[in-house]
Amino acid sequence: MARILEDVFTAERAGSFQAIGRALPRIDAHSHVTGATRYYADRIFPNLLHAVMARSEHHHALIRHVDLSAAQAVKGVARILTHKDVPNNWYTILKLIGLGPDEEPVLAEDRVLYRGEPIVAILADTEAAAREAAAKVKVEYEELPAVLDVETAILPGTPAIKPHGSNVFVYEGRDHFHVHCGDTEAAFREADHIFEHSYQSSPIEHAPVETTGAIAVPEPGGRYTLHSNTQAAFFTLDNAALILGLPFRQLRVVGGTVGGGFGGKVDVIVEPIAVLGAMLTGRPVKYSFSRGEEMQVSSPRAAERIRIKDGVAADGRIIARDVRILVDAGAYSRHSPYGTIKAAAHMPGPYTVPNVTINAWCVYTNRTPSSAMRGFGVTIGDFALEVQMDRIARELGRDPFELRLQNAYRDGDLKAHRKTVEGAALVEVIQAAAERIGHPLSPECRAMSSCQRT
Amino acid sequence: MAKLRGRGIAAVNYPTGMNLGGDPSQALIHATTTGNFVVTLSSVDLGQGLRTIMTQITAEVLGIAPEAVMIDTADTDTGPHCMGTFASRTTHRVGNAIIMAATEARKVLLDVAGEELEVAPEDLETDGTGRIVVKGVPGKSISVQDAALAAHFKHGRTISGRGIYLKPRSYPDFETGAMDPDSCQAHACTIAEVEVDTETGDVRVLKLISAYEIGRAINPMMVEQQIVGGSWMGMSHALYETTEPYYPNRAHGPVDFLGYLMPGPADIPEYDAVILERPSTNGPFGAKGIGEMTANSPIPAIANAIFDACGARIDDLPITPEKVLRALDAAALAAQP
Repeated sequence: MARILEDVFTAERAGSFQAIGRALPRIDAHSHVTGATRYYADRIFPNLLHAVMARSEHHHALIRHVDLSAAQAVKGVARILTHKDVPNNWYTILKLIGLGPDEEPVLAEDRVLYRGEPIVAILADTEAAAREAAAKVKVEYEELPAVLDVETAILPGTPAIKPHGSNVFVYEGRDHFHVHCGDTEAAFREADHIFEHSYQSSPIEHAPVETTGAIAVPEPGGRYTLHSNTQAAFFTLDNAALILGLPFRQLRVVGGTVGGGFGGKVDVIVEPIAVLGAMLTGRPVKYSFSRGEEMQVSSPRAAERIRIKDGVAADGRIIARDVRILVDAGAYSRHSPYGTIKAAAHMPGPYTVPNVTINAWCVYTNRTPSSAMRGFGVTIGDFALEVQMDRIARELGRDPFELRLQNAYRDGDLKAHRKTVEGAALVEVIQAAAERIGHPLSPECRAMSSCQRT
Repeated sequence: MAKLRGRGIAAVNYPTGMNLGGDPSQALIHATTTGNFVVTLSSVDLGQGLRTIMTQITAEVLGIAPEAVMIDTADTDTGPHCMGTFASRTTHRVGNAIIMAATEARKVLLDVAGEELEVAPEDLETDGTGRIVVKGVPGKSISVQDAALAAHFKHGRTISGRGIYLKPRSYPDFETGAMDPDSCQAHACTIAEVEVDTETGDVRVLKLISAYEIGRAINPMMVEQQIVGGSWMGMSHALYETTEPYYPNRAHGPVDFLGYLMPGPADIPEYDAVILERPSTNGPFGAKGIGEMTANSPIPAIANAIFDACGARIDDLPITPEKVLRALDAAALAAQP
């Protein structure tokens, strides 16, 4: 088992505990590995309906007509939900923390902004019947040009795919989120070396073993119980109630045991459809993503494009860092406006740089909306930052451990967002890792501490 | 054509708690008549093991055995509010809420025990196994079970507590970006050792060595579980995974695990990790979140190790064999006189 280094921060970590620090076996390990743990889908309800979505085949198109006749004729189909059935069809997931406006339809109305966008939901006695009927929904489209590249999306001449008239999220009247401290341009002029490189990621799937899903069950008194694998029970309850125009007290969310989330079960996508189906049919409704939907329709980790320009002094100090971040939100906001702020807040990484400029855009494109994923706003930024650090070390002929130690933030330093650093420990983890592999550090680097700058 | 080995390093920090705060969680605790304690939450266990961590925090504050704690989650009819499981926040937020609730419950427990033993409650201590003992008088004690029975049937008191943790929301200054975006920062340094096959472009990760600073390891075995799982995910992000292999082109999107590749058991490297603790001023017993960050440092460490091995600098994730071969070709071309 991973050992705790007791000779680092010894005074700060002093304390005597009975239960804290014990390597207790996890309480649910046995039931997880024997298959005894009950997940939402292990609950059986008689008379259950299965929801399957008919989805957009195009990245960007107007919907001219939807013909449901062939779908309705499939044996076992109980009901088909369209946007007209959704009480408050337009929503945005972060309205509860004030990041508006409503900009995503639960079910598409006159247009689709990404391939896989939900148009109508089939409710049927069996999953097979629902799938068959979904395939028989006939949609007449008028295709529109798709914007798939973030750089293109923000060019002045590119048509806006969003009704607010641009392809970026607007932060209090600004087209991007901005952070700065010091004078980056002046510091670049003083720098002995300039490093400017761009980094790119592609969308990544959460890939939980258990796909996103929920079962809505009508209860006496006009209530509905949602058995869900949401990562956020009340967040799901509140957003579903708002979309459905239901008093909050009429919904109950039961969950808490989930087969992997990684951020993929924070959007509220399946629950409103399941409850709406239950409201309109009086029967329990299950809506669960297939593996293909989980991979191509469920929101992935955003692709990010990050350019870092560094001004470095001859002795290795980074004196200026300019970071430009383009977050590919896909067609709708979901949690990306929030993730973009988090990405900007993370820069310039765990280093103290006196002159920093950060500009981060949350960009809309005609692809599956991205959203939260483990390390939201940070993971791809760390890739860019740390490859950049490696480049600087190599170009300057510096030891990569020592260049990082030299620039590592210390207690009392000021971050770019003007919060004072406390509880820093970057120096110590680098020292510990170097020791682990027997990598020699200079006496100055061995003597460094996060508690003060020497 | 050769198999070339290289080593790369990356160092990272990671914020605990929802960016900008404003993400409260609550906990309610009550004793059963027989001296077990139910912790009612609406928090979600995604597999990270919150039931075990919350059990240990409850047991520590109440001074009882972990076996006497039951975690009841998540039902919005009975559980108090939790913002959700994300942002490496659960140990920090819910742990703090539990400390507050358990502190209130412990006070009632010791009040009742004091009355039963006819001593002042401040003269009592818990032994962590189910007994409440008069300090300095080992023979004079009462079991938690007897105290709980007495509270209910004799004194008419509920041994219970309410807890909440809220870091008030910080509103950024949109002119300067000034803000308070985190509760604390955890830290990591990872060293990756890789082998690159210059004929096929295939990258094997041989070893991942890490040091993690996470404030306080509430349960070191579960910390290690996060490090191992996160290392695997980071390696998978670095080399394998994407839903759009030719991004921003939307073609060739995988729809199953035959097309969406991840490392299998044979691809898993050797792991080595040490833990450092610099307790935070605001975490439960100083704990910071480790949940998300373990996937982060392996990615650039592996990218840097690939460059170290073969001179291919690839700035575009994931680093597939195709990209490695193209980068090697480009490097060879650039090296020609």
